[in-house]
Amino acid sequence: MKFNRNVLPNKEEKKGLFKKIHLSNNIGDFVFERLTLLFAVSVFLLVLLMGYEMYQSSKLSIDKFGLSFLSGSTWDPVKEIFGALPIIYGTIVSSVLALAIALPLSIGVAVFLAELAPSWLEKPLSFLVELLAGIPSVVYGLWGVFVLVPWIRDYVEPYLSDKLGFLPFFNGAPYGFGLLAAVIILSVMVLPIITSITRDVLKSVPAAQREAALALGATRWQAIKIVLADSRSGILGATMLGLGRAIGETMAVTMVIGNRALISPSLFDPSYTMASVIANEFTEATSELYLSSLVELALVLFVITIIINGLARLLVWSMDRKWRRG
Amino acid sequence: MENIISVKNLNAYYEKKSHVLKNVNIDIPRNKVLAIIGPSGCGKSTFIRCLNRMHEVVGGTITGSIELEGEDLMKTDPVLLRKKVGMVFQKPNPFPTMSIYNNVAAGLKLNGTRNKKTVAPIVEKSLKQAALWDEVKDSLDISGINLSGGQQQRLCIARTLAVDPNVILMDEPASALDPISTSKIEDLIFELKNDYTIVIVTHNMQQAARVSDYTAFFYMGELVEFSETRKMFTSPDNKKTEDYISGRFG
Repeated sequence: MKFNRNVLPNKEEKKGLFKKIHLSNNIGDFVFERLTLLFAVSVFLLVLLMGYEMYQSSKLSIDKFGLSFLSGSTWDPVKEIFGALPIIYGTIVSSVLALAIALPLSIGVAVFLAELAPSWLEKPLSFLVELLAGIPSVVYGLWGVFVLVPWIRDYVEPYLSDKLGFLPFFNGAPYGFGLLAAVIILSVMVLPIITSITRDVLKSVPAAQREAALALGATRWQAIKIVLADSRSGILGATMLGLGRAIGETMAVTMVIGNRALISPSLFDPSYTMASVIANEFTEATSELYLSSLVELALVLFVITIIINGLARLLVWSMDRKWRRG
Repeated sequence: MENIISVKNLNAYYEKKSHVLKNVNIDIPRNKVLAIIGPSGCGKSTFIRCLNRMHEVVGGTITGSIELEGEDLMKTDPVLLRKKVGMVFQKPNPFPTMSIYNNVAAGLKLNGTRNKKTVAPIVEKSLKQAALWDEVKDSLDISGINLSGGQQQRLCIARTLAVDPNVILMDEPASALDPISTSKIEDLIFELKNDYTIVIVTHNMQQAARVSDYTAFFYMGELVEFSETRKMFTSPDNKKTEDYISGRFG
């Protein structure tokens, strides 16, 4: 049979083809297409609307404090002075430290699950990791209050301050409640997210890549390193999801962090996060300005989350682009 | 003729249940091209995987003995073995996060050779041997996945050559490529056999006839016939071989 090249649509015809689909006479296709478009646009509108609403409701505090809302370090509802710096500091430090602990652990667990574990062990372990992600955060909080905090107070903090007390990070009275407890509980909470996504990413790397490495005389560990390099943008995405969860986590953190707006280098001191402040104080916010400041705090949290996600996208994009066309 | 690999009573299994290779005995001559032909599922790929112990990666076990230059393969460290017995796969599989240069240098880096003065000439030599140098010499720092399929496969061959193996195993290296790329790969094989022993699995009878010195015909896990390619394609001893070559089955 002779192959007839004219059967295939050329570029112009292809464009026409798609146009035809768009203006299809088929009413079902038309409704379906418009409906999905509507859903997609509504997600975008929702984000804009939320931002706008928060901006409107926090106008009072924005006008009153201006930039000093971000740079001021006094959070005093009685005198109605609201400076959110210690709270922003507490949020970012607790999340970043939690991530610093959780990330290497998660990658280790994911590598074991995806590359090394025999399948009879992999399935139950993966299930357990995913179960960890499904535990309600108030349960983590309760466990934190009754198990983690006493343990930190009686053993971890005295030990750290004894051995490493000369460092400002491990200096201070061992309360138990404080930044350290929040960091540990957050790292446990983000571990399952990062682990399960990283495992899926590793598993999606084609077997041909592992075989290529092994056939060149790579050891098992060297082959895994090549697989990890292939999946770095996926792992970065997982990390950002974990960071997002850590920054927004409210209940468990509120229960163990000590809830005092304080900038201190010591991990033993109490701290405060934006989500915790909002959850704790919105019922007591009697004055207009107080409420408005809490909403502004929410707006700051919202913006920080968007910035972090944007930066992550940018990083993934630039990394991919570098390899698509050098 | 001198043999580089000698296989005796080789049996291969996947998870004990499926018996993929049955009592294979074959001596592979040095610096020649051996083509392995046979219908799908006859154990061709498994056979060449056994030659650098890549069968273990996919969960296979073997009995019998394979000797490479007199040394028992199963007693050699697989990492060292695979540096002597390289492999090129059916689908081109360059490392996507590495540049063309680093793809070729990958094997050397895995060995711990990082000195640029040592690596750079080897990269150039390997790319030249793989007949790819002229096409990529100005874009060594772009990713290997920007190349065409045929170029990618030659990149994979260059990557294998850089480690300086004695034997190169090729598992249907041209079956995913267009005719022009295929003929480039075949020319390449013809060049390479001066310095290397090549074992190539192929579904393409003409390819086997064109590139190989010896041909082995596998059927249902058994080695049916092994002889010089010229003889195999003109007067095969076995009826099954004749039927397969002439396209009556398979």
